[in-house]
Amino acid sequence: MAMLGFERKYRVRGGTLIGGDLFDFWVGPFYVGFFGVTTAFFASLGTALIVYGASQGPTWNLWQISIAPPDLSYGLSLAPLNQGGLWQIITICAIGSFVSWALREVEICRKLGIGLHVPFAFAVAIFAYVSLTVIRPVLLGAWGHGFPYGITSHLDWVSNTGYQYLNFHYNPAHMLGVSFFFATVFALSLHGSLILSAANPQKGEPMKTSEHENTFFRDAVGYSIGTLGIHRLGLFLALSAGFWSAVCIIISGPFWTHGWPEWWTWWLNLPIWS
Amino acid sequence: MNGSAIRGFINRRVIDTGSRRLPQLLAFGVILAILSGCERPPTDTIQRGYRGVAQGLVYNPRIVKDQEAANAIPVALPQLPGGGPAAGSVFKNVQVLGNLSTGEFTRTMLAMTSWVAPKQGCAYCHNTANMASDELYTKVVARRMLQMTQHINADWKTHVAATGVTCYTCHRGEPVPANIWFTDPGPETADEAGNHGGQNMPSPATGYTSLPYDPFTTFLDSSTADANDIRVISNTALPSGDRKSIKQTEWTYALMMHMSESLGVNCTYCHNSRSFASWEASAPPRVTAWYGIRMVRDLNHSYLDPLSSTFPPVRHGPLGDNPKLNCATCHQGVYKPLFGNSMLKDYPQFAGPIAAPVATPDASPASAPGNAPATPATTRSDDDSVMAKDKPKPS
Repeated sequence: MAMLGFERKYRVRGGTLIGGDLFDFWVGPFYVGFFGVTTAFFASLGTALIVYGASQGPTWNLWQISIAPPDLSYGLSLAPLNQGGLWQIITICAIGSFVSWALREVEICRKLGIGLHVPFAFAVAIFAYVSLTVIRPVLLGAWGHGFPYGITSHLDWVSNTGYQYLNFHYNPAHMLGVSFFFATVFALSLHGSLILSAANPQKGEPMKTSEHENTFFRDAVGYSIGTLGIHRLGLFLALSAGFWSAVCIIISGPFWTHGWPEWWTWWLNLPIWS
Repeated sequence: MNGSAIRGFINRRVIDTGSRRLPQLLAFGVILAILSGCERPPTDTIQRGYRGVAQGLVYNPRIVKDQEAANAIPVALPQLPGGGPAAGSVFKNVQVLGNLSTGEFTRTMLAMTSWVAPKQGCAYCHNTANMASDELYTKVVARRMLQMTQHINADWKTHVAATGVTCYTCHRGEPVPANIWFTDPGPETADEAGNHGGQNMPSPATGYTSLPYDPFTTFLDSSTADANDIRVISNTALPSGDRKSIKQTEWTYALMMHMSESLGVNCTYCHNSRSFASWEASAPPRVTAWYGIRMVRDLNHSYLDPLSSTFPPVRHGPLGDNPKLNCATCHQGVYKPLFGNSMLKDYPQFAGPIAAPVATPDASPASAPGNAPATPATTRSDDDSVMAKDKPKPS
């Protein structure tokens, strides 16, 4: 694959975490590295096992294929392949490929001498997945608490798990997660529209820069967070959304067994009301 | 303030560690406050559906242990051999239990006293100078409640099965059962600005949600129940005639919250949330619950409401209505009242109207249910024939 002239400058040797120079090469546009190999291995194996699992199931309907975790009675032990064992191996493959991908990002960051913000951000997403399939199941004592790998079946899991706590909207961490998701969308829409407005001035005007961008929000709301600040804020909002989503499911079950609405009785019982 | 003063102010702010510690302390306090409202592992989950679809009940075993102690059934009074002639021929004004032998009748009275009025004794219902007198309202109510108990056990087997109920199921040693309800007039408001529209007042009746706080008058008092159908979901994809709105849905959800809280189960005990309305996707207890709703309506309409004028004002609700029952009255936070332990084997006189001249308790109750588990039975994907269609085909 063709490489742009200036790209060669950034294709520097070194920065690997493992394997030294062995995997320090590119395939077309893609950096490989040791973790590129492990990513490919886990992703292919996991996908192949999902296809195998589908072949053992009752349907080839894409929407209905489901690789379900074991019955709760298996606890934290291994289950037979067709009774949840596949789910267990696929989960290992998924975590293996996600973590490999994050470490490959770390190696690229090290090559370029840039910060580790991208792999860190991805790590929060991995944390959310691991919360669902490892941390919460371990806290509850059975792999069967993980969600099934299927398009509609995982939605059934989400819905039923929510209704196990009567009304999940009363889960305080869920409230925070949802609020951060909305705030992320809000911040991104403000940011995206502002940049585009400076880059697309009115007819006959030259393109504007950050001074105009800052001035717009100072005029509008009295404050502009600035060019770097908006990206700090955006990352904080987005990672908080993922983080509190993970917290909201970890606490459901291990740390609360009732309906979430009645969790708030601590508030109703505060002595300030009487 | 000149430039150096500002710099000095800023420097002081930076080196002032106290102002840095305060937010940390605050955050720590918030985390502690949140955790103090929570429980801790280990918890128990009972699988109630095919693996992976999260149909399951979540329990804190420490709370269940307390519930087991609180729901132990009282030791049955010893049965008297023989028993003598029918009570109706010996005592006056025995309208319901007259066909019992004198011995069994006396044993029944003693049991009822220990279940309903252990502190107050016989005099709670009887004028002890004239036991046959109906002058105390409690005796009139007690007689009607006896008939109600027999009616439940004989005619509502669809809900109570062979387990049945006795006075103790609701009363638990209290003259007035702990879980009864009256029409809730809502908070007193000075004007329309305080009108909550029947909701947004967290109430234990509806699991502390903001849902309507009195779904009972709407759904469980049969004089109005017919006009207020619980089922609100539309049967058609497009809006063609179904006028039910979010407002009605919230009333339905309020009743469902009450049922969940009363039974100590979550929504998935009866429903698969993929389709709440679908009977095919629902769990068997939903059928039992469906009959339970009809039973409660029947009991409130046929037994409690007619006693309205018998109850003295002190027993009436804030709007002057008689006490009524709902799911919590019997269940008291447990999926089967008293964890499914039947008291009928020791007191068969409550199983239905007593037709035979003398009903002697069966000394060897072979069919009586034994000790039931404290939580519903678990399900395995491979064992349940209902779920066989979901099973992966054998390899």
